[in-house]
Amino acid sequence: MAWVTQTLSSSLGRKVIMSLTGLFLCSFLIIHAAGNLQLFKGDGGRAFNEYTYFMTHNPLIMTVSYLLYTSILVHALMAFILTRHNQASRPVKYAYSKPEANSEWSSRNMGILGTVLLLFIIIHMRTFWFEMHFGSVPMAEYDGKEYKDLYRVVQAAFGELWYVTLYVICMVAVGYHLWHGFQSGFQTLGIRHKKYTPLIEFLGKYFFAIIIPAAFAAMPIYVYLQVHHII
Amino acid sequence: MKITLKVWRQKNSNTPGKLVEYQLDNVSEDMSFLEMFDVLNDSLTRKGEEPVAFDHDCREGICGTCSMYINGRAHGPQTGATTCQLHMRSFNDGDTIVVEPWRARAFPIIKDLIVDRLAFDRIIQAGGYVSVNTGSAVDANEILIPRTIADEAMDAAACIGCGACVAACKNASAMLFVSAKVSQLAILPQGKSEHKERAERMVAQMDSEGFGACSFTGACSVECPKSISLDHIARLNREYLGAKLSSDNIQG
Repeated sequence: MAWVTQTLSSSLGRKVIMSLTGLFLCSFLIIHAAGNLQLFKGDGGRAFNEYTYFMTHNPLIMTVSYLLYTSILVHALMAFILTRHNQASRPVKYAYSKPEANSEWSSRNMGILGTVLLLFIIIHMRTFWFEMHFGSVPMAEYDGKEYKDLYRVVQAAFGELWYVTLYVICMVAVGYHLWHGFQSGFQTLGIRHKKYTPLIEFLGKYFFAIIIPAAFAAMPIYVYLQVHHII
Repeated sequence: MKITLKVWRQKNSNTPGKLVEYQLDNVSEDMSFLEMFDVLNDSLTRKGEEPVAFDHDCREGICGTCSMYINGRAHGPQTGATTCQLHMRSFNDGDTIVVEPWRARAFPIIKDLIVDRLAFDRIIQAGGYVSVNTGSAVDANEILIPRTIADEAMDAAACIGCGACVAACKNASAMLFVSAKVSQLAILPQGKSEHKERAERMVAQMDSEGFGACSFTGACSVECPKSISLDHIARLNREYLGAKLSSDNIQG
């Protein structure tokens, strides 16, 4: 098994771990965004609460959720290890450097963007995931069946302007992170071909870096406007 | 034209260095950047000062020896060119130009602007070759190679090992260099038989030299004087992962 540990601790192996966990997290974003579109239904939160019940009780989804938590931790930990290693590779910095002449800002700041996202995930999970699992969430009853009314928690959180602002800023960070990250993940796996790379770049930039973060950002804005009877 | 130079001066690898300012009043815009340094060194020598040590050899853009980090970019503001191919007409009268050596842990400074790039040689020694019998040369077209493949291999073989990729990379990663050297052999029939060991050994050597990992910023390819494509980095990733998953080497 020496070859396995040796491969995974090489610079390329570490990047493969980043790529696989990162792309898995990208796939999660699609499900998360699609599911949470229930917030827009305008039915007082019934569809959303039924959806959250399904997500917290389906055994397959519960199993995948542990894979998800692990992926977030591994992705962050490996990023930390790689960043430290990369910084050590240039102990004396340039007195004058002009990186903007040869590369995109997002590609050079994945660590900073990732740190913002990690902090966001902690805040986000404290507000919703923790409340859902361990907090005291009010109950709602539909057709004689009891549901945890997470929709009330969402309304309370997204009724605060500072919280909505924080979410929108963090979704911009998601956009920049995926602008580089999605296509870069494929490059790490060696998947680069004139037939597929244009599609991968298109998906990464327009779907993952713009549409998905925009959909997420629309949720707190919509709920805020609704709670305050602006729409 | 008048030029103010800020040049990194460092006596040896153990002594801390600093930027030293020099004024040059009679610089011709037709001079190459290295000729401008020749003029500077001539004046320093006449004044009894130590001339600036810098690497140079062919001065026609094919040897990869010249290695200056000029105004924040490897080989200066031009793309697809080495320092000797950079001319003073790329600058304006009265400009201040900052000149530093390549900065990477794997490229220790020997003196002033000269860095030790033997790490690249050791990576080549680890696997950047094909094993052939010596003796009379085989016929040129004994193994037929399609034109597109020959061109792709030639694009990789254009790498002159200058180290601009390492210098430009925010992680001081040598991935573009190693990928070009792996590619030029891996895609030709002559290089196929050893392609697994080659990828494994060259990457292992690259890591042990202390280069960083690839963040795929693309800076290397932009600053490469031979414009080596990022396609080769993807190929190296494929070669390495494929080798790790399928080679007979279970010891790592």
